[in-house]
Amino acid sequence: MKPQELSTAARNTWCPGCGNFSILNAIKSVLASMDEDGYPIEKTVLVSGIGCHAKIVDYLNVNSFYSIHGRTIPVATGIKLANPDLNVICFSGDGDSLAEGLDHLIFAAKRNIDLTLILHDNRVYGLTTGQYTPTSPPGFKGKSTPKGSIEQPINPLELMLSAGATFIARGYSHGIDQLQSLFKEAIMHKGFSFVDVLQVCVSYFNMYESYNKRTYTVEGNDIKSIEQAREIMRRWSYDDAESPIPLGKFYQVDAPRFDQAYCGIEPLLERGDEIRSKLESLI
Amino acid sequence: MEEFSILVGGIAGDGINEAGLTTARLMSRLGYRIFMYYDYPSLIRGGHNFSIVRASSQRIGASRDEVDLLIALNQDTIEKHAARLKKASIIIYDADKVKEKMPSERSCGIPVTEILKEEGGMAVMKNSCILGSFCRTTGIGWQVLEEVLRKHIPKEIDLNLRVARRGYDAASEFCQIDRLKSSLEPIIAGNQAISLGLIRAGLEAYVAYPMTPSSSILDSMAQWAEEFGLKVVHPESEIAVILMAEGFAYAGVRAAVGTSGGGFCLMTEALSLAGMAEVPLAIVMAQRTGPSTGLPTYTAQGDLHFVISAGQGEFPRLVVAPGDAEDAYLWSAAALNLAWRYQIPAFILSDKIVSESLYSFPTDLAEKAEHPAPPLLWDGEGIYHRYQLSDRGISPLAYPPQKGQVIKADSYGHDAAGITTEDPQITREMSDKRMLKAHSLARELEGYETVKLFGQDKGRTCLLCWGSNKGVCREVAERRGLRAAQLLVLWPFPLQRLKAALEGVERLIAVECNCTGQMATLCRQHGIDVDDQILKYDGRPFSLNDLAFELERRGI
Repeated sequence: MKPQELSTAARNTWCPGCGNFSILNAIKSVLASMDEDGYPIEKTVLVSGIGCHAKIVDYLNVNSFYSIHGRTIPVATGIKLANPDLNVICFSGDGDSLAEGLDHLIFAAKRNIDLTLILHDNRVYGLTTGQYTPTSPPGFKGKSTPKGSIEQPINPLELMLSAGATFIARGYSHGIDQLQSLFKEAIMHKGFSFVDVLQVCVSYFNMYESYNKRTYTVEGNDIKSIEQAREIMRRWSYDDAESPIPLGKFYQVDAPRFDQAYCGIEPLLERGDEIRSKLESLI
Repeated sequence: MEEFSILVGGIAGDGINEAGLTTARLMSRLGYRIFMYYDYPSLIRGGHNFSIVRASSQRIGASRDEVDLLIALNQDTIEKHAARLKKASIIIYDADKVKEKMPSERSCGIPVTEILKEEGGMAVMKNSCILGSFCRTTGIGWQVLEEVLRKHIPKEIDLNLRVARRGYDAASEFCQIDRLKSSLEPIIAGNQAISLGLIRAGLEAYVAYPMTPSSSILDSMAQWAEEFGLKVVHPESEIAVILMAEGFAYAGVRAAVGTSGGGFCLMTEALSLAGMAEVPLAIVMAQRTGPSTGLPTYTAQGDLHFVISAGQGEFPRLVVAPGDAEDAYLWSAAALNLAWRYQIPAFILSDKIVSESLYSFPTDLAEKAEHPAPPLLWDGEGIYHRYQLSDRGISPLAYPPQKGQVIKADSYGHDAAGITTEDPQITREMSDKRMLKAHSLARELEGYETVKLFGQDKGRTCLLCWGSNKGVCREVAERRGLRAAQLLVLWPFPLQRLKAALEGVERLIAVECNCTGQMATLCRQHGIDVDDQILKYDGRPFSLNDLAFELERRGI
């Protein structure tokens, strides 16, 4: 299967130069190559929230559930528990998963359920035309914070590490090769995998120049070491400091998964006798 | 009608619900039909809890104020319920806790604490002790109690029986409750009936966050998960609950959720998603007294309009309101099937009385509920379109994986393939498609008994009710020669059936547990004139006396 076979006829409405194109192209390549490698495309289900990121499911000719703002994780959890054989991938935004639906994200990590979440982290609300999000730097002047945001940002990677995610990585929309390899590894990982993608919004928070200068790929890190992962994650805290920004896979371990407990549960089909005996036991 | 009412009262932590259940089982063993109301405040220890077990030769679903026998585990019980005592009422009390003079001559003090101490029994066994006394005072006999305890409380049975026997021996006989010839029936809570109904219709997953009075459904489902092969999940919030259920349904698994008003408030955005994305789903909404936290453990019927209109936008839904355990079983099964047939959210709108009260349940009803009816499935021909237009508005379902096909569910305005669009013509067509399902559903429901009649079916005065008021309206109507009509389906509104049921009625009186007459308003919206309303909104159900009093006040 060629990546372009995964396109739909839907007209793409992202702004020219939007970082979402890299995510779209990277995931197409990954899903097409996985299909070649014996992971059939029909076993993949994509779940999106609401925001610019979410349009990705319209552009991919793959099973999908276009859900509501902040709620990719619970929908994906239901799908995975219904059929643990499916490969379920969430596409979410920073407003989507870190504001509206933060509780679900933490619980997905806590459960270490076998899902992948790709965070289109543009650090701004694009579709509502420019408000600050949980990863905007302090002082961010958006439409809801004309004098500048007075909050400190959330570092989603550190949060995921504390909550129990077993695969944590960061990519950048200007590095499609790295996105491809991170996405593939995240999808193949058994457990909750979280990929934060610095996805540039050209219209409301154009960080290309800054990110181009500051990003670098970590190498030789011990991905099993929680301390080392934390140290790498803390090198930049999504603030306005001009610190270097590490990219790459920061953490990956094996741990028991929530979905394992739901494997092999088969519904009893003939239930009449059981119901009757249940009732008789209540006499 | 032969009947006998027993009130068991004590503090929270005394196991009053269990004591009531065992009392109900004892009476049931004698062939009586049972209704048990359980009244408890929202706390774990202390406060005043009581159960009223009413046993009757007829099938019942309501309590009366007077009791024939009072079991008092503390002084409070005597004080709070003295007005319920008749001249001949019997009182059994824990003599170590209750020291005042008894308001009845037929009273029997049992040194429960002392007996427990002497036998080395545990605190929970005080109920067995006092139920031993109950069996003696009423002539039920030792053997019946021994059978019930052995079957239902097998833990530490020998010690428990010793304690019960001491209670039995310490009492004396005041009366002989007649044995009836009726068949023995199980006693189940409405929530158990809801659970079994859903299970009967093929439920495979239950997702819920605990909230009174729906929590015991989650408990039952979790307890029965293994034998029926259910996937039971208790997630982080009601928001997660309903969305997980929708994820299950997308993948082809029949799922239900359960909650009460506050939790349902959190679900409404995703309810609208189910409407738009056409996700089949059963929602148990067990009402309690609101607004807000309200009276968490008390009853109300204040959420009818909320459930009918919850969620942004317009989309079809089904709302059924069972009036007792039988309705709960049959209609929960039907609701789940209809949810899948029409790919809509289907509500089982219960209330604290239906959900938590105990009812005798006819075992042969087990076979009468609907089997799982297969939904309309895709035939595998051509290209799959999730929202394919059709003459009844229903698009065939397919679940992933389907080789060479994609299955796209969408919360946005979408085309037949499930791709987002804001095109005006498609927007209108898709809206018409969803409304077509509402019409198809309404038409199919004409074949269901959506309105039930009780009492004198030619009566010119008719009590109109929904939910748990079925029990009280039915019995009062039967006693007074009135007609009573129960709305079992509230949405789509069963106008034709209701009109037929009300033929010849000159005075229509709505009976509801809310302060605005929500069902009456709904009827008026559909052109049914409601002449009068009897409303109760103090968190407590109508007793037979309450309703009779209101009717007498009106000269009926």
